[in-house]
Amino acid sequence: MTAIRANSLRNGPDEQGRFGIYGGRFVAETLMPLILDLEKAYRAAQVDPAFQAQVKDLGEHYTGRPSPLYFAERLTAQLGGARVYFKREELNHTGSHKLNNCIGQILLAQRMGKTRIIAETGAGQHGVATATVCARFGLPCTIFMGATDVKRQWPNVLRMKMLGAEVRPVTSGAGTLKDAMNEALRDWVTNVETTYYLIGTAAGPHPYPEMVRNFQSVIGEEIKAQFFEAEGKLPDAVVACVGGGSNAIGTFHAFLDDPSVRLYGAEAGGHGIDVENGHAASMTGGRPGVLHGNRTYLLQDADGQILEGHSISAGLDYPGVGPEHSYLHDTKRVTYVPITDNEALEAFQLCTKLEGIIPALESAHGLAEVIKLAPTMKKDETIVLCLSGRGDKDVESVGRYLGLIE
Amino acid sequence: MTTRIPARFAKCVAEGRPALATYTMAGDPDPATGQAILDALPAAGADIIELGMPFSDPMADGPGVQAAGQRALAAGQNMKKTLAMVEAFRRKDDETPIVLMGYYNPIYIFGVDAFLAAAKAAGVDGLIVVDLPPEEDEELCIPALKAGLNFIRLATPTTDDARLPAVLNNTSGFVYYVSMTGITGATIKANAGVGAAVQRIKSHTDLPVVVGFGIKTADDAATFGRESDGVAVGTAICNAVLGSLDNGKATAGTVAAVTTMVAGLASGVKRAKAA
Repeated sequence: MTAIRANSLRNGPDEQGRFGIYGGRFVAETLMPLILDLEKAYRAAQVDPAFQAQVKDLGEHYTGRPSPLYFAERLTAQLGGARVYFKREELNHTGSHKLNNCIGQILLAQRMGKTRIIAETGAGQHGVATATVCARFGLPCTIFMGATDVKRQWPNVLRMKMLGAEVRPVTSGAGTLKDAMNEALRDWVTNVETTYYLIGTAAGPHPYPEMVRNFQSVIGEEIKAQFFEAEGKLPDAVVACVGGGSNAIGTFHAFLDDPSVRLYGAEAGGHGIDVENGHAASMTGGRPGVLHGNRTYLLQDADGQILEGHSISAGLDYPGVGPEHSYLHDTKRVTYVPITDNEALEAFQLCTKLEGIIPALESAHGLAEVIKLAPTMKKDETIVLCLSGRGDKDVESVGRYLGLIE
Repeated sequence: MTTRIPARFAKCVAEGRPALATYTMAGDPDPATGQAILDALPAAGADIIELGMPFSDPMADGPGVQAAGQRALAAGQNMKKTLAMVEAFRRKDDETPIVLMGYYNPIYIFGVDAFLAAAKAAGVDGLIVVDLPPEEDEELCIPALKAGLNFIRLATPTTDDARLPAVLNNTSGFVYYVSMTGITGATIKANAGVGAAVQRIKSHTDLPVVVGFGIKTADDAATFGRESDGVAVGTAICNAVLGSLDNGKATAGTVAAVTTMVAGLASGVKRAKAA
C-alpha cells in the first residue's frame, strides 16, 4: 500500500465529494437523504473486516480474481516498440470488469436492507453483471437500457432476461446510455424505500464515483503486483478506455502517485473530434457542466443542453465522464486522447488475429492507443492495457461494419 | 429582500384562499405562442407563475413535462429567450410573481453571476432549481439571495425532521412541498398524508407552503388547497398544450386550452376558501 501523502492525487474526493471543482451532489431533494444514507453505510462497510472478506472471497471464487496479466508477444513484435501486456479483465465472470463493482454494491445493498435493484446499462455489460449478482443474491432487478442499445447489443439483452432481470427499453432522447440513466433516476426517486440504484460507472452523485473507483481499484493493485513479478519494476505506460471511466479509474488509481508511469485514457472519438455531435469524447471535445448528480466534462451546446454524442461502442456512448477523470485531465496527470470508430475497428481486428483474443469495442479503443504508443517507445519500455471486456457481444455489429453479414 | 411573492401570498390570505401556482414551459410549443400563454396566465387565474427553463435531461420530470421541454427546445428556445419572455411580460404586469424553474446546467453554462443579474433585471422573483440541494448552496442559492431573488426549495416526503432545518435554511419566498416520492405528473395516492406533512413543515417555518406534483384537476386543487397555502400544477397544463396541437404545431385553440385549464384550477382554489 502506498502511504497517504498530503500532496497525493489519491486522497480525493473531499468531504463534499469534490475532486477539485468536479463531483458533488447535484440531486433532487428526494434523493439527497438516500445518498447520505448510502455514504454512511459505505463508510461502515469500508471498515468492516467481514464485508471486505466477503468482497474478496466472491472476487476469488465467483469472479475469478486475480485476472491474469498477459504478455502480448505477437502484438509486441508487430508494433516493434514497447513490450505490451494485457490485464485480462475480459476473463472475469460475465466478461468484463463490471462485476468487481457489482459485487461490492450488491453486498452493500443487502446490508442496507434494500429489496429491489435498478441499474442503467449502455453496452449491456453492466446490466449483465447487475442481473448476475441479483440472481446470485436473489434480488429482483430492473435494467434501464436505451432502445437503440437494446437493438445493437441484443445478445446482452437476452442474457439479462435469462438471468431474471426485467429489461426496460428507454425511448426518450436518442435511446442510449444517458437516457437510460435519466430513467433509472426517475425510477429511484419514485421507489426510494425499497430500491438500491446500482450505478455502473465511477460517476453520479457522491459517494458513487469514489465507491465505484474503490471497488474497481483491485485492477490497478493487481497490475502493480503482477507487473513487478513479471518485470521487476513499474510499467512505463498504462492505458485504459474511458466512457464513464470505471475500468480506467480502477486501473489508474494505484499509479497516480507514481510519476514515472504515464497514464493514457482513450475516449470515444467516433466519426472524429471535429465532427459536430459525432463523437463521445467529453474531455477532448466538451466542457465542464452539471449532469446526473455531478459536475464534470460534458458534451453540450452553447445553451447548456446536453448532446447525445456518438460512438460505435455502446459502452462509451455517454456525453459525460466520471468527475475524477475531469480532475486528472485538468491536472494533466492523465493524458486523454480521442480514438475514432475506425481506429477501434482496426485494433479490434488486429488483436483478434494476432493474439486470438476478441476484445470488446470499448477495450479496442484502449488498444488503438497502444498501437499508436508502442512504436514510439523503446524496446525495453513497457505498456499495460486494461483489456476491460470481451467482444462476444460485438461480433454481430462488427460483422456488419466489415460487410461479413448482409 | 422584496420580491412580488410575499405580497401575492398576502393578497391570497386576504381573500381567504390558497394560491394557484401554474407551471408552463417557456417557449412551448413555439416562442410566440409561449409568450401569448405567459401573458394570458394572470387573467386566467394564476397567482404565481412558474416558468420552466427547458433542459435536455429533466431527471425529476415525467413524460408530460419532458415532452413540453423537447417541444420548446425543438422550436429554438434558450435561456436568453426565456429571460426576454419575462421582460416582455413585465411591461404589462408588474405584480404577478414569476419563478423560473428548472435544472442547474443551463444556468451554470450561462454563468451564475450573469444569469442572476439578467434574471433580476428582467423581473424574475425567484428560482426553483431541482438539482441543487442545500449541500450545494454555494453554487447558486447564496448568490441568488444576495442578488435579491428568492430561492425556493423543494421539501419531500424523504426530508425528515432532522434534515428539514437544513432544507429550510436559506429558503425564501415559499416552500414547495413535493406531495410524493416520484416525478412530476405521477398519481398522488389518496392517503398521501399531505396535510400532516404541510403542518410538519409549518412547525419549522413561517414561510407559505405550496404543494405540487400530481395535482391535475380543480377538485385536486380544492382538496390539496385546503391543506396548504397554495397548489402548483404543471403536467396538466403541459398536457393541455399538447392536446391543442395539430401535427406538433400551435393552433388557434392553444392559448385558450391553457387559459381554460387554468381558469378551472382557479375555481378549485376558490372553492378551498373557508374550508
